[in-house]
Amino acid sequence: MLAKRIIPCLDVDDGRVKKGVNFVDLKDVGDPVEIAASYQKQGADELVFLDITATSDHRQTMSDVIEQVSSQVFMPLTVGGGIRSVDDMQAMLRAGADKVSLNSAAVHNPELITQGAEKFGKQCIVVAVDTKWNESTKQFDVVINGGRVNTGMNAIDWIKKVQDLGAGELLVTSMDADGTKQGYDIPLYQAIDKVATVPVIASGGCGKVEDFSEVFEDTKVDAALAASVFHFGELTIANVKQHLTNVGVTVR
Amino acid sequence: MIAVVDYDTGNIRNLMKALDYVGLDSKLTDDPEEILNADGVILPGVGAFAEAMDELRRRNLIDVLNQVVDKQIPLLGICLGMQLLFENSEEFGLHDGLGFLPGTVKEIPATNDLKVPEMGWNENKVLKNDSYFSEANEKFTYFVHSYYASCPLDIVTAGVDYGVFVPSIVQKNKVIGMQFHPEKSSDVGLGLLQNYKRMVQDYVDSRN
Repeated sequence: MLAKRIIPCLDVDDGRVKKGVNFVDLKDVGDPVEIAASYQKQGADELVFLDITATSDHRQTMSDVIEQVSSQVFMPLTVGGGIRSVDDMQAMLRAGADKVSLNSAAVHNPELITQGAEKFGKQCIVVAVDTKWNESTKQFDVVINGGRVNTGMNAIDWIKKVQDLGAGELLVTSMDADGTKQGYDIPLYQAIDKVATVPVIASGGCGKVEDFSEVFEDTKVDAALAASVFHFGELTIANVKQHLTNVGVTVR
Repeated sequence: MIAVVDYDTGNIRNLMKALDYVGLDSKLTDDPEEILNADGVILPGVGAFAEAMDELRRRNLIDVLNQVVDKQIPLLGICLGMQLLFENSEEFGLHDGLGFLPGTVKEIPATNDLKVPEMGWNENKVLKNDSYFSEANEKFTYFVHSYYASCPLDIVTAGVDYGVFVPSIVQKNKVIGMQFHPEKSSDVGLGLLQNYKRMVQDYVDSRN
């Protein structure tokens, strides 16, 4: 059986990892290659790089980062943030990414999912879906621009649609849970379980090891993504995997 | 020098980066002479079986690969490259493969709990303890595939459970197949490439 995957996410701004990273063994706390290698040593199963560079003239920097990381770090690498065209995807895959993640661009131009899947294979195409619970309609809405814009689309319908269009994996972030450290949004992933035909990565809300076991025991998600709990050394990948092993969840 | 067979298949640069990392010089080539003079030959592959065979045929590489096997140059097929080593595949109709290994490539049956493609880390169970690759036992490697090899157990070095029994490492003489991506399997994958390097070194020693 497949192991449940634990995926650290790195925010990269102009070639440097942001949001602070606080590992004892690092000389340079902002260097993506060193941080990625450190995560590999800790036993991370995969890495997601989110390009948060505001200006497009620094795009080349991101592919340079991926080029370097993929020469030193040998696990699946996903790049998201600012990918708006097949050319953008090709640049990242050529540099060494294994998958690209589409978020707002998929909402604005759903055809991009199909174009990417046809050209590179659907296993390369991750669709990132950010969601917010809508209390008045009792459904999960799709939001974009970091949660500032509500598209009004039902997230479950959108997920069905992107799967039909060729998404090979879903990275689903609960904007309600994100930053709270109160645990993953279990009802969201239970709703997605009913329709998901491709792997699902849960994201947003984890603060302690029990949050990982809860999402794997109560939902069918394939992977859990986290950023700050790993960056600041509050948890290590090893802590999380030891806990998961103890409660009977298969990990690598 | 390791010849990585160039037949226009997906992204093989990460494989070459991993070979470089374990100290194996490699070159992407479809030149018969370079392939036949290599110390080892790797057949990579991402994509569809029939198209891959067509491209090998178009580049006149089928006969070259047969000579690689005759010369006993260690030939490693990875992912689709492994599947091509078998007699045939049921992917979109029945198509002939290279036929270096006995068996047929079949689709993984999808069930409620198993998504296809299999994508992620699965645990190898080694059936043969005397292989270059036996250290894969109880180690996880990274898989991305929708088809698997149905073949006699006597060529299976290791396998994983994914609803069906999926051979993960197969070997007959100097022909090896890995269904997973060693170049994406972290320390374990790099270790298996080191073992391939050992096999290549033994071949070079025997040739001299």
